[in-house]
Parts: sequence; C-alpha cells; structure tokens
Amino acid sequence: MSKRIRIALAGNPNAGKTTLFNAITGARQHVGNYPGITVEKKEGFASSGGRELHLVDLPGTYSLTAYTQEELVARNYLIDERPEAVIGVLNASALERNMYLAVQVLEMGLPMALALNMMDEAAKQGIRIDAARLSEHLGIPVVETVARNGKGVEGLLTQTAAYAEQRAGSWEPLEISYGPDLDPVISEMVERIETEKFLTDRYPSRWLALKYLENDDEIRVVGRKTDKLAEELEAMAAKVAEHCKKTLSTYPEAIIADYRYGYITSLLRDVIVRDTDRQRIDFSDNMDRLLTHKVFGPLGMLGVLFMIYWFTFTVGDYPLGWVENFFAVVGDMVSNGLPDGLLKSLIVSGIIDGAGGVLSFVPLIMIMFLFIAFLEDSGYMARIAYMLDRVFRIFGLHGCSVMPFIVSGGIAGGCAVPGVMAARTLRSPREKLATLLTAPFMTCGAKVPVFILLISVFFPQNQALAMFCITMLGWVSALIVSRILRSTIIRGPSTPFVMELPPYRLPTLRGVMIHTWERTWQYIKKAGTVIVAISIVIWAMMTFPGLPADRLAHFESQREAIHAELAQAQPGSDLAQKLEKRLPLVDNAEGEAALRGSIAGRIGIALEGISSLAGFDWRTNIALVGGVAAKEVIVSTLGTAYSLGEVDTEATQPLAERLAKSPHWSALTAASLMIFILLYAPCFVTVVAIRQEAGGWKWALFSVVFNTGFAFAFSTLVYQGGKLIGLG
Amino acid sequence: MTTTLNIRKLAVGQKAIIKSITAQGELGRRIRDMGLVPGTEIEVTGRAPLKDPVALRMKGFTLSLRNNEADHITVEPVE
Repeated sequence: MSKRIRIALAGNPNAGKTTLFNAITGARQHVGNYPGITVEKKEGFASSGGRELHLVDLPGTYSLTAYTQEELVARNYLIDERPEAVIGVLNASALERNMYLAVQVLEMGLPMALALNMMDEAAKQGIRIDAARLSEHLGIPVVETVARNGKGVEGLLTQTAAYAEQRAGSWEPLEISYGPDLDPVISEMVERIETEKFLTDRYPSRWLALKYLENDDEIRVVGRKTDKLAEELEAMAAKVAEHCKKTLSTYPEAIIADYRYGYITSLLRDVIVRDTDRQRIDFSDNMDRLLTHKVFGPLGMLGVLFMIYWFTFTVGDYPLGWVENFFAVVGDMVSNGLPDGLLKSLIVSGIIDGAGGVLSFVPLIMIMFLFIAFLEDSGYMARIAYMLDRVFRIFGLHGCSVMPFIVSGGIAGGCAVPGVMAARTLRSPREKLATLLTAPFMTCGAKVPVFILLISVFFPQNQALAMFCITMLGWVSALIVSRILRSTIIRGPSTPFVMELPPYRLPTLRGVMIHTWERTWQYIKKAGTVIVAISIVIWAMMTFPGLPADRLAHFESQREAIHAELAQAQPGSDLAQKLEKRLPLVDNAEGEAALRGSIAGRIGIALEGISSLAGFDWRTNIALVGGVAAKEVIVSTLGTAYSLGEVDTEATQPLAERLAKSPHWSALTAASLMIFILLYAPCFVTVVAIRQEAGGWKWALFSVVFNTGFAFAFSTLVYQGGKLIGLG
Repeated sequence: MTTTLNIRKLAVGQKAIIKSITAQGELGRRIRDMGLVPGTEIEVTGRAPLKDPVALRMKGFTLSLRNNEADHITVEPVE
C-alpha cells in the first residue's frame, strides 16, 4: 500500500499554474477558502505510477515575503504542512523573474521540482532553455511542460514523486551568499539561533536569520512571543541595517533581493540561449499598441464592457425566466397540494420564494462570471485596470474597481451580487473594501422596476432623463462615498499599482468553465442557506402575530353578508356584479389590517415618526423593510400595503394610478424615495456576498447601517430642501 | 559621461538600465519582487491614456506601475 504524497504547486500569477493544476487533477478537485480569509484553496487528486498524489494549488505569488495574504498563506502552508514536495511552476519566457520565488522555496529547503511551463511560447519568442543543465546546477528535477495541451505533465508527476521519495521529507536549505556586508551577520545569527534552538522546530535557521534581516513582521511577532533571543536578533538586524545605510545608502532587504537576482543570473547564464538573429515579433506588444491606445483603448474598453453587459442581461434573461417559472410552478403545485394555512404560507412564501429569489440569479451570475473569467484569463482585465487606474485613484479606488461597479449596475440593470464577487480581482485590501461598500449604490436590476413605476407616474415628461439621472447619481455617490471612506475609516496609502500586464492568451475552455463553476457554486451554497433562513424570518415578520379572532370574525361576517345577498341576486345582474366587486375589497381590507398588525407593519408604523422627515408613510416603510431582503419585493409590498392585493412587478398600472391619486404622494416624495432606494442597505444576498469577500460580518453589517444612514440623510435633505423651495 | 534620469522622462520605445531604487517598505518590496533591481534593462512600451500608469517591458514580461511609484527608480538611458 503506497503512501499518499502531498505536492504543493507554487508559482507566479500568470505562470500557468492553475492550468497545470487543472491538467493534472481534471475533475477531481475541490475549492474552498483558507480558514478565515478569502484566498482560494484548491485541492485535487491524481495518481502516477501507482502513487496517490494529493495536490494543493498555492495562491499565485511573486515572492514569499508574507506581505500579502496570498504570500502569507503560501508560506505558512509550506512551513506548517510540510508537503512531501513542491512543484515550482515557471513561465519559461520570463524565467528570471519566475525563479525568484523558486529560489525562496529552495532557501527554505523543501524538496522541489521545477516545471518549465509554456515552453511553446518561449520557443516562439526565440528563447531556448537547457533544462538538463538547470537540473544539474540545482540538483533537482526540471521538466519542460505545456500545461495547455498536457505535454510533459505525466513526466513531471513521476519525476516529482520519485524525487519526493528519494528525499523522504528531508529539508536541505539552499545557501546563497549575500555578500561581505550580510554574510558575517547571517552566520552569527544562525549560530545564536541554533545554540538557543530558537524556533528551529518550525523554521530553518538560516531562513529565520534572513527574515530578521528582511524586516519580516510576522516572524518578528512570533519571535517576540517565544524567547529573549528575538530582541538580540532584532538588534543585530538593526545594527547591520544602520551600517548598510551609512556605507552603501541601502538596506539589507534590498541587498538580499539584489543578491538573489544575482544568483539567478549566474544560475541561468549557460541555461538560457536567446535567439538574437530572429526578429522577435511580440504579438502582445502589437495588441497593446491598439488596445491601450489613448483614443482607441478607452473606446474599445467601453465597447467590450457594453457588449458583456448587453449579452449578460439580454441572453441571461431567458434562463432567468425559466428558473423563475420553475419556482412559480413548484409554488403552484405546493399551493394546490397543501391545505390553506400557515404551513402552506411558510413553504410557498417563505421557503420557495426565498430559494427561488436566490437561485433565479444563478444564470446571470454564471454568464457574468464566464465573461469575467474570460477577461481575466485572456489578460484584458489587467489592461482595463491599467487604463482606468488614474481616474479611480482620485477617489481612493484602484483600476480594478471598475468591473465590480459596472456589473453591479453601473449601466442600469446589473446586479450587485456578481458585482461584489467580481471585486475578488482586487488584490489591495483597502481599495477592495471601498469598492465592496459602494458597489451596491448602482442601479441594479431589482431597483429598476420601482424606478420605472415612480418615474412613469411622477416624471412622465422626462422618463429617459430621470432614469439617466438616477443611474448617474449611483455613480457619483459611489465615487464620492469611496473618497470619503478612504479618507476616514479605511484610510491608508493607496496600494502600489505594480502590476504585471500578462501577455494576451486565448483562455482554455476548460479553465474558463472551471472558474465559472467554482464561483457559481460558492454563490449557490453560501447565499442559498443564509437567504432561505432570512426569507423565513421576513415571512414571519409579515405574517405574525395575525389578526385577533374578533377582527377575523368581523371580516368573515362581512363576506358572509355579501354571499347571502349574492345568493338572492339574479346571476349576471347589475346588483350581482356590484356585489362581486365588493368581495375583493373586503379581502384587501383584511389584508391591510393584518399587515398593519404584523411585526413588519408595526415596525413600519413605528418608523413613520422618523421616515416622515424624508416623506415616507408607514406603508412605504413596510415596502422598504421588505426591500432589505430583496429589492424586488418593494413594488409588490407597496402594492400589498396599498391594499391592492397581489401586484405583479411587471404590471404596475393599478398601483401607479393609486399613487398618482394619493394625497400623500408628490414628485418630491417620489424623488426622495428613489434616492433612498438607490442608496440604502444592500439586499441580503449582497450582504452575504460582502461578508464573504470582506471576510467578516463586521463590514457586511456596516454596509447595511452606513448605506441606510447615508441614504436617509440624502433623501431627507432632498425632501426638506424641496419643501422649502415650495416643491411638493 | 552618464546621465541618470527618471522613468517619467523616458519616451515610449526608449530603453534604459536601472541604476538605483530608493523605495522602501511595501512598495520597495513589491518592486523588487517583480524583478526591478539595479542592472535590469527596461523599455518603456506604453503609457495609459491619461499618461499614467506606465508600462515597462523587462526580462520577458510587461509590468505597469504608476508614475509616482516609478519616481523611486532612477535609470540610465541606453544609446
């Protein structure tokens, strides 16, 4: 019985690591998040030569400095989990830089094999690499691969597994010279570390010394908790830093990086042969000349974004309808199958509608993610960030923030759920948070029906203009609030925009599919459970405590009276028709009374004291409370609250007439309400998505409270201001 | 005689060798992780539509960084 070998895949972003991982593990993989953080954790299984392999795809990093979350995760995995082997995935056409990470892994001492990936691309660029020689220099397996078509993958696995068995888990740290200034202090530190056995059960001693010289925060914190030697090491590092500054006007961290690159250069001197005769025509450079051109670049970008948008919401509309219909049919079946009563109401209104509300987004999300995966894998996403960074930076955001905004409804009709999830492409924590909190200000598809309803009633002359204004208001609010947040509670310098512009590549179908499915499934799983629970709560709030018996009897007797009169009237006569029309009015009156008495109704009435400042009455409040669950609910709840029974969100005419006639309503009220709906608390699915991306309930809760407060302040200002100048 | 310049002053298509990097901390680390170390040859391949960020080609790949980040790097033009 052979033992399972654990192999970690480490490599730079864009080195083809994920493609290789997919090629090795195929469908046998599993995606999750590392505990407590949003960095993706992928694991998969494969077998090679009778050995069972357990592969772990480490997050793509350029280094192991523990500066980003990804780096920390990768580094701690290697140190704490001690995999039997590491495969360093290298992009052969940018070997020098890719070796930087590999050298750091070798310095830790893990058994490592190198995959020289994308050998075909390198060959096209006239780069020849002597893999055998590199293998000889380092004493480790080096295998040429082309992950896209699986070439070399089998050989890589057998060699890695064999090497892992040969090394049998022993760590042999690579020692690089760091020159006359650092080498003495390193040996001194190593000696002290080894005599004191300082953290040596966890970290290799030389590596530890280097981390002290590199000013590694994580190691310093761990060290201080462990032993007094930490102080001594810190003092040694500080002393040599001082010395370097005086004599060389540089610092140890920079020297270490320089020597590492120096080592790599000497390592690769007789390994890489560049074909200088050959005129290198770089396809990506030519593409960039057009795609990031100062005029055509932005135009093309707008075109691409618009096309994605159009495609998602036009084509996505069909499957969206199917899913909605499916749930309607299921709802009807359950409705017909169960007797009237609370249980039926719970299952139909609470559970089926709740689950349906979440799942009906799935097609949209899938299509959106399909495009995002395509843009990311093709390299174009990085260009979008590159082109827009200058503008977004003014507002404390990052070039990568544009996609979440657009998807959330930057062009009216989007959806904040995939929008918020698209913020995953942002690597910078502060900018990402600002994006997550403001993306829900956009005009998402669920807000559109309310806007259309209100605009058609109160701004009939300028419908298109009104819709345009409200969409722009979403953008302006998002940008300004980002700016405010970034200079207050998420203050901090902007994250460096040192970003690789990967070469343009045609993504593999399989890669795009896997990406899309992973994210969609995460959405279904996480949103599904929470949302169904919440929709049950909302249902309960609008159902309980229900009418007292005497009130129920009162409505029942009214109905009986009408039925009695009906029985006497001639069928089809004027009188009978009049009586029949009175029946639903009684039902409506009962519904209204029940709603008024329900928990939601009481909340609505209780809120009236404050909400009247912005011009909202208790009925509107109920709709707004319901709208926190899902904005789609606003129109139908308004309908219910205005005692019109079931109002279909599409056919809003009766409600529209009602609102137009109501003395409570004016164009000013409508404007105030639209602003509030645009800006207040994100719907629950979005809140769950924010929690997931921001990594905690704190920010999700913040988005509910802050956005609502901001919306209310804005609406009140508009309403009161409008009243002052005599509108409404 | 050698002259050192700021990347901001380089024209698109111009090549240069990195002389020194003064960035420290987070930015300094990021810059070096990407392979921007003294002695590296770079070529300015483009600038974003608003002239910022700048795109550099080096060691077989393309890198973009903001002008104010590039200001920490001094270069010596080739030719």
